[in-house]
Amino acid sequence: MLRGLGKLTWIEIKIFMREPLGAIGTIVVPVLVFVLVGRAISSKAQAPSMSSFARVGLPVMVTILIVISTVLSLVTIISIYREGGILKRLRATPLRPQTILSAHVLVKLLLTVTSLFLMFLAGRRYIPPGVHPPIVSFTIALAFSTLSLLSIGFLIASIVPTARFAQPIGAVVLYPMVGFSGLFVPVASFPPALRVLAHLSPMNYAVNLLQGIWIGDPWSAHLADVAALVAFFLLFTALSAKIFRWE
Amino acid sequence: MRPVIQVSGVRKSYGKTVAVAEASFEVNEGEIFGLIGPNGAGKTTTMECIEGLRKPDRGSIAVLALDPFRDVYKLQNRIGVQLQQAQLQKRIKVWEAVDLWASLYKKKTADGDRLLEQLGLTDKRNAWFMNLSGGQKQRLFIALALINDPEVVFLDELTTGLDPQSRHAIWDLVRGIRERGKTVFLTTHLMEEAEKLCDRVAIMEHGLIIDIDTPANLVLRHCPERTVVLEVSDSGTADRATERFKTIPGVVSVERNGNQLTICGSGDLVTEVIHCLSENRVRVTDFRAILPNLEDVFLKLTGRSIRE
Repeated sequence: MLRGLGKLTWIEIKIFMREPLGAIGTIVVPVLVFVLVGRAISSKAQAPSMSSFARVGLPVMVTILIVISTVLSLVTIISIYREGGILKRLRATPLRPQTILSAHVLVKLLLTVTSLFLMFLAGRRYIPPGVHPPIVSFTIALAFSTLSLLSIGFLIASIVPTARFAQPIGAVVLYPMVGFSGLFVPVASFPPALRVLAHLSPMNYAVNLLQGIWIGDPWSAHLADVAALVAFFLLFTALSAKIFRWE
Repeated sequence: MRPVIQVSGVRKSYGKTVAVAEASFEVNEGEIFGLIGPNGAGKTTTMECIEGLRKPDRGSIAVLALDPFRDVYKLQNRIGVQLQQAQLQKRIKVWEAVDLWASLYKKKTADGDRLLEQLGLTDKRNAWFMNLSGGQKQRLFIALALINDPEVVFLDELTTGLDPQSRHAIWDLVRGIRERGKTVFLTTHLMEEAEKLCDRVAIMEHGLIIDIDTPANLVLRHCPERTVVLEVSDSGTADRATERFKTIPGVVSVERNGNQLTICGSGDLVTEVIHCLSENRVRVTDFRAILPNLEDVFLKLTGRSIRE
């Protein structure tokens, strides 16, 4: 059923690397943000209010940025492929639609993991002493979050007709989600209406999960977050499968 | 010959727009069959229904005895498709596209490198899709349509936008496909293409098939009139010849413009005129026979030119 998945994924990776802005924009920018902000914070050294953000907030924020730019690049690619008739051409082969979309998800997951790895590498000295983030667990948490948010990307790509509007609309949907995700202000302190809104967005659960895993929580403490992310993934994937147009 | 494509009573509309009102025809094994008509006639929709990319509202289609919509994956292993205005990933290399396509089919595929060589793309193996010329892209799409050694090849407007040289090269390629025993189903709005390439054509307009036959039979049936234009050296000869031509059976009119004569009629007009000239020892300085073509057939059947 997934005939051609490996080859298509590999080709899509190569194509992505050939796109100069794509690779730089999605990988380098979040890593640069981490390094620059990290340096600014660490120069102010031991200010206690800052260290909490440096310890948890900053890496999670940058991780979220990575996820968002990944989702936006998926939205853009899908809409360009549809607009240009590439999806239609691929569909007129024995390639299954699931295979085409899976290949893109695989490429994007690989991209987020690479960005994360670079972030660790470049920013190691800005991670305060005494913090030993569990890299493997954090990577898995990242993959969960990415998958869940990618399904929003599919939904946006299904609705937005042209490539020109896809990316800005995606940004308008995704970036505000970070605002009430609990990353800067705890959700518990929100007014009730906003709290409901926060719980309706997968970003809230992604941030919760990533923060928790970063500071060494066991997975058992975050089963609800994982369940919510999976539920969002299933919901949005099912929705976009219903309304997805190939041309 | 057994039919490899059977289309009967197919209708397809998009919302209130009826793209195909009613289409019924058969395509035989080993022939080049052309669906011709102006843009918007419903050719592409008809073809995409046959390829299994669209589901007709009504009617039935069988391709190689398969239902193209229900058995789409089974069918796609046995057919090759070139779509109108298709694109590939901008930065995919030619060999990567061929390699990817070759990996998608269950059966043994054609030799990709040989295909590229036959299509004159060998030195473009490592080029990005976006850097290919229009003709090269089109040839790559033909290569991809042939990669699974298909039994039926679908070509939608394959030479649109190409220069005459590339067009002739592609026609030769299509004839080559037929020589290997494959069936070709193509659409075109170029009458010259249909006339030179197709064994049989179906004329389509406003979602309806108007007539189906070989190009020669269509011309014979719908446009039997012939015209001969000739010129003689002096007006005395012109006077004499005009009188003689009027006595030829089947001649409808003889028009005179200086020393130039235009003779219209039907049947075997050209032979009759030549015979008359030689019998009366009339010397001509110019002689042209104007035979109607598919373009005239189209004009006659629809009341408008296909270029409009």
